[in-house]
Amino acid sequence: MSETLSVSAIRNGTVIDHIPAGQAIRIIQLLSLLSRSNPIMVGVNLVSSRLRKKDLIKIENCHLSSDEVNKIMAFAPKATINRIENFAVSDKIAACLPSTIRAVFVCPNAACITHAETLDTLFHLKQEGKKITLTCHYCENICDRDHVEVRV
Amino acid sequence: MTANPLFGRDVISMTDFDRDDVKAVFKMTERCKKEGKSSALNQKIIASCFFEPSTRTRFSFEAAAFRLGAEVLGFGNEQMLSVKKGESLHDTVRMLDQYADLMVIRHPLEGSARLAAEVAEIPVINAGDGANQHPTQALTDVFTIQECQGRLDGLAIALVGDLKYGRTIHSLVELCALFDIRLYLVSPEALTLTDAFCDRLKKRSVRFSFHQTIEEVISSVDILYLTRIQRERFLKCSFISDPEELVLRPELLKKARSHLKILHPLPRLAELPREIDETPFACYFDQARNGLFVRQALLTMILNETVT
Repeated sequence: MSETLSVSAIRNGTVIDHIPAGQAIRIIQLLSLLSRSNPIMVGVNLVSSRLRKKDLIKIENCHLSSDEVNKIMAFAPKATINRIENFAVSDKIAACLPSTIRAVFVCPNAACITHAETLDTLFHLKQEGKKITLTCHYCENICDRDHVEVRV
Repeated sequence: MTANPLFGRDVISMTDFDRDDVKAVFKMTERCKKEGKSSALNQKIIASCFFEPSTRTRFSFEAAAFRLGAEVLGFGNEQMLSVKKGESLHDTVRMLDQYADLMVIRHPLEGSARLAAEVAEIPVINAGDGANQHPTQALTDVFTIQECQGRLDGLAIALVGDLKYGRTIHSLVELCALFDIRLYLVSPEALTLTDAFCDRLKKRSVRFSFHQTIEEVISSVDILYLTRIQRERFLKCSFISDPEELVLRPELLKKARSHLKILHPLPRLAELPREIDETPFACYFDQARNGLFVRQALLTMILNETVT
C-alpha cells in the first residue's frame, strides 16, 4: 500500500513527502502556507518504511518555486516533492540544499547585529551526514538547524 | 614591486585570511617597524569609529594613520552621535562612508563589522565586534610570536582564560590553525572554547587538548597567552569567579622552558601580576607596541595597490 494513502489525494497541486517527523509545521511556517488560501493537508507521524515515522504536506492548486523547493531541503533533505496533475504525479521536482538561506531563520545569538538592525538574516548551510549546520553570515555563530527558529 | 593581496579588501574576520595573506601582512609589518614613518597615506582620511571603549586598539590605529601621513576623524563612544537619537548602524556607516577613505569600527554587537562592510563602499577594518572577532589583535599576537620565537610551525601555545567570550581568542585560534601549532586550551569548563570551534579545529587537523590549570601545561609550551575573563559579555553568569588556577603566580615560571614568552592582549586583571613584568618571559608590552606596526601595515596595504 502506498505510504501517501493515509491522507486524502489531491487533484492538482504539490505533495511534499518523506519529511522527517516533526518538521512539517516548520515547513508550513517557512513557506508561509497558512497565509495562503489554498487547501492544505498535513500528516504528522505517519508510518514510513524509509523513515519509520514521517510527516507529509499536500497543497492543493499550488506549485512551488525552485527557491521554495530548495528551502525545504533545510528541514527535510530527503523529502520528495511531486507536482500532481489530475491525481497523478506529473513531475518529480529535484531539489538541492541551498548554500545560503536569507530571511528565513532567526539567529539564536542574542548579541547578533541582526537583532538590532532592520536586516535580513543570512545563513550559510552545510550538510554533514544527517546533520545540517547553519553559520550566521554576520556573527559567525554556528548552530544546529534544529536549534534555529524560523522567522515568522 | 610586491603583489599586494590586501588592496581594497575589508578585514572583518580571520576566517577570510589564508596563510599567504598573513605572510604578506607580516612582511609589511617588519618593513613598517624598520622604516617608521612614511607618507604612504598622504591625503587619505581614516574614520575611527569606536562604539565601545578601547585604549590600545583605538590609539594604535590612530597613531598608525598619523605615522603614514593620513588624517583621522572619529569618535571614542556613541554618546555624541545620532545613534543616541535612534539612528541605525546602517545609516551611520552610510554617512561615514562619504567622509573617509577607510573605516575602522569597534562595536559591541557581533556581526556589526560585517554589516558595515556590506553597507560601506570604502574598506572596513574590524577592530572588535562583541565576542566574535578581533582580527588585527590576532595578527599582532602571531606577528609577535613569530618575532620572539623565530618561527610559527612546530610551536606549542597555551591559551589561558576566557576562551568562550574572548574575541581575541576566537581570531587567534583561527590564525593558529593556518600553521602547524599545537594548542593547549586552559580555562574553567564554563568558559572553554565552544563545540563549534573545536569541531572546526578537528576538521583542520589542529592538535589541541583541554586543561584546568596553568601548572599542567607550563613546562610544555613555548608561548603562554593569557586573557582576562570577559565579565561584560556574560553579566548573567556572575557565579563564575576568577579561578586561582588561571593566575600566573611567579613561582610557576620555575617550571617554564627558558625561551617561554608570555603574551596578553591587555588590559590585564589579576591573572597577570606585575611581578612578571620584570622577568625575561614578559613580552606583552612588545606585543602592544607591535600592534602599531601591524595596523600601519594593514592601512598601507589596503589603501595602496602597489607596495614597493
